[in-house]
Amino acid sequence: MSENSGGVTYYINHHLTHWSIGEGFWTLHADSLIVSVLLGSLFCWIFWMASRKATEGVPGGLQNFVEMMIDGMNKITKDTFHGHNPLAAPLALTLFCWIFLMNLMDLVPIDLAPETMHAMGWDYFKILPTVNMNVTFGLSLSVLALIIIYSIHYKGVKGYLHELFFHPFNHWSLAPFNFALNFVELFAKPVSLSLRLFGNLYAAELIFILIATLTLSYGIFEVFTSIGGIALLIGQIILATIWAIFHILVIPLQAFIFMMLSLVYLSMAAESH
Amino acid sequence: MEINATLLGQMIAFGIFVWFTMKFVWPNVSKAMQARQDNISDGLAAAERGRKELDTANEKADEILQEARKKAGEIIDKANKRSNEVIEEAKSTARAEGERQLAAAQAQIEQELNQAKSELREQVVTLAITGATRVLEREVDAKAHNDLLSDLAKQL
Repeated sequence: MSENSGGVTYYINHHLTHWSIGEGFWTLHADSLIVSVLLGSLFCWIFWMASRKATEGVPGGLQNFVEMMIDGMNKITKDTFHGHNPLAAPLALTLFCWIFLMNLMDLVPIDLAPETMHAMGWDYFKILPTVNMNVTFGLSLSVLALIIIYSIHYKGVKGYLHELFFHPFNHWSLAPFNFALNFVELFAKPVSLSLRLFGNLYAAELIFILIATLTLSYGIFEVFTSIGGIALLIGQIILATIWAIFHILVIPLQAFIFMMLSLVYLSMAAESH
Repeated sequence: MEINATLLGQMIAFGIFVWFTMKFVWPNVSKAMQARQDNISDGLAAAERGRKELDTANEKADEILQEARKKAGEIIDKANKRSNEVIEEAKSTARAEGERQLAAAQAQIEQELNQAKSELREQVVTLAITGATRVLEREVDAKAHNDLLSDLAKQL
């Protein structure tokens, strides 16, 4: 039994470990980077293909889809973001599609990527990039940078600093208090954004792994020959199916929430209080 | 879960993707969509215009039809009047012709009557002379009594 639980621990640890290159801060999680860049490139390539052949006549299937997405983003941006901004809608589209594609990797059978890459010589390969906090923080800190840039762009350095120090309570003696408040408010945004996405996907992935460990103690032949093995296999299939169906909902939802909140934060940054 | 340089890589990748979308995807598709929208609104406007033109054309056609109907009525009225006139004219002409012919016939009758009267008169004169000759048993000098005889004939 102890050997068994050790196997489970090893299995879970193995599935949660990234393929790392380098030491200390300059470590790169190559699996997350490769998968996310590939998915982002896929997104860009598909949309680029559609945009290159975009005609004003009757649109084909791909163009129709791309136009629907772009039109939708334009509408959402127009509703959320007051005033014209050429960056907001493409930013929202990129955020949504990229996060959606990255989350979609959650539905890849969890043993497929690690085992395939293991067979090819890699020890660890985590195919789902959004369970890597570096990835989610990378996105949300970019949004934070944009929030600051937008604030300065729309209010000027002086206006922004004035807001930071004098916003809730307009009195000089309360300036440090105001600043602390605004500072927390400002940094809570990217933290909540990235932790929400990370937490949802991490939990989902962990549950997929736990469901997978149900039959871990059985060998490939025992699963099909013993009654317990068959029962656990059936249970595993049912649980994994239900969880995967549930995740078809969660995946676009999380992508949408991330995109929507980023837009809201940016529009708040662009508006003066 | 440690924070490391993956984060920087992710940020750079994110920036590149957003830039790419904004630069290469957005303008083309937006342009195509805008152009199509313009096309559609132009088409709708043209359809609206066409409908209006059809309405005006229908109105005009109605007007022309009404006018034509009015004109036709006028022409028929005129024609009726003219035919009445023609009939009246023909009637009066016929009447005049009848009267003329009647007068001519009466004149001829008169003339023939006169002629018959004069012929009769001459015959009466001749008869009278013959009678007188037979009565007198002698020849009357016609030349000597011509004046007397013609005077007598006039009295008949």
